[in-house]
Amino acid sequence: MTNWQPSASQAMLRCRAELLASLREFFSQHGVSEVDVPVLGRSTVTDSNIESIIAEPFGGSGYLQTSPEYFMKRLLAAGSGDIYCLGKAFRNGEAGQRHNPEFTLLEWYRCDWDEQQLMDEVADLISRIYATTNQSTLAVHRGSYGDYFAQVLAVNPHSAPLDQLQQLAVSAGSQSWAGETRANCLDLLFSVQVEPQLPQGLVFVYDYPACQSALAQTSVNDQGQLVSRRFEAFLNGMELANGYFELRDGAEQGQRFDEDLKARSAANKPSIAVDSHLMSALDQGLPSCAGVALGVDRLLMQLQGADSIGQVMPFSWDRC
Amino acid sequence: MANYSTNEFRSGLKVMLDGDPCSILENEFVKPGKGQAFNRVKLRNLKTGRVLEKTFKSGEALEGADVLDMDMQYLYNDGDFWYFMEPESFEQHQANENAVGDALQWLSEQDICVVTLYNGAPLSVVPPNHVELEIVETDPGLRGDTAQGGSKPARLVTGATVKVPLFLDQGDVVKVDTRTGEYQGRVK
Repeated sequence: MTNWQPSASQAMLRCRAELLASLREFFSQHGVSEVDVPVLGRSTVTDSNIESIIAEPFGGSGYLQTSPEYFMKRLLAAGSGDIYCLGKAFRNGEAGQRHNPEFTLLEWYRCDWDEQQLMDEVADLISRIYATTNQSTLAVHRGSYGDYFAQVLAVNPHSAPLDQLQQLAVSAGSQSWAGETRANCLDLLFSVQVEPQLPQGLVFVYDYPACQSALAQTSVNDQGQLVSRRFEAFLNGMELANGYFELRDGAEQGQRFDEDLKARSAANKPSIAVDSHLMSALDQGLPSCAGVALGVDRLLMQLQGADSIGQVMPFSWDRC
Repeated sequence: MANYSTNEFRSGLKVMLDGDPCSILENEFVKPGKGQAFNRVKLRNLKTGRVLEKTFKSGEALEGADVLDMDMQYLYNDGDFWYFMEPESFEQHQANENAVGDALQWLSEQDICVVTLYNGAPLSVVPPNHVELEIVETDPGLRGDTAQGGSKPARLVTGATVKVPLFLDQGDVVKVDTRTGEYQGRVK
């Protein structure tokens, strides 16, 4: 007997169809246009912690996209206005209770908004869907990364010296964290120690450490610390969405990509050619905007109380 | 021994951690969207029996532990060691008190136990799930009192003390689940 049957129940697949329809309805009502950008591209992200799946179109080199971000930013630079993409994204080597190498991502951009305004809209969207599905009100919390981190670990993540973070990471993880980078130590501590303590409901965490900016702007907060204008949303403790007040400075973005490539080289990971189309689009000018990517499979898991991502998708990778 | 990477960690895999053999209980892949991947792993230290939780970077490897679970027959105790025999090869192994541990109170000669060998020597012993043992000491039985549902302590021939129904007496044989230490029934 082969495992030919779907990994999700028929009832779950109907819930999934309703969720996809309600997401599209929300954006239609809010005047945001759908774009179905390619999932197969000639280039991909340089992020040292994200691995792309390599494809070979026409015998040449290509990649399945890890998110629609670069294509969407090229559309924004070309004058698209507010857009969303509801489609597939791919990440190599990611499989588990909450991960599947192919997954459904909802990503959208709002022109002339910052990340705080976008958080309002994410809260509105999730609260509406939750109210319809679960007939109850979703608690929404909002706080800075520094506050949530300090509440649990009594340490300021922005100013603590690296060796202190490494010591904390060694005791939270294993000996192998002794020589890790600041960003990786913070990731471990936040995931293993802070996330389990986050309140139930929808939690927005904003003002990430500057070393975890990726494609977000940085700015100085009230306490004079350099922070990333990045946020994450957690639903009942599960990472659900990641958003930025988008960086528009092509030169600075180029520097960050170069640092990514150095980190890839140090970790013996394959080098990636920086996406020249994206760099040209940034040079042309990205409008001021905020963007967010939200894991649709995970949202469905939380709405339906599913334990594993395979239970909410037609066929998880082990059945593909 | 071979090295095992985090993506090969499966429940039951035996690995070395900080010099002790451990058995993997659970392995959860964790990855922040923008961060490094890691694996949260629950392991049981096979020497101490303690369960620990460690977080490894994905791709990190641990050395396999030379640990083997084997069915063996319990032979006898000479005061210092407990002797077990492999049923196929008749090879005998001596286990010390530390390795026999809590199994001690259930062991009758000729029982088939699971003996965990570490580098060829017994590390731990798991007794049969169910054993039938004679009561050697308990308060006098109240005949006919089978419906009350009360219980009393009874000491068994191997040394264990279990709670048994009131009607049982010295000399009766009872069936016990060694995993819970609970009385299962009277053996006629």
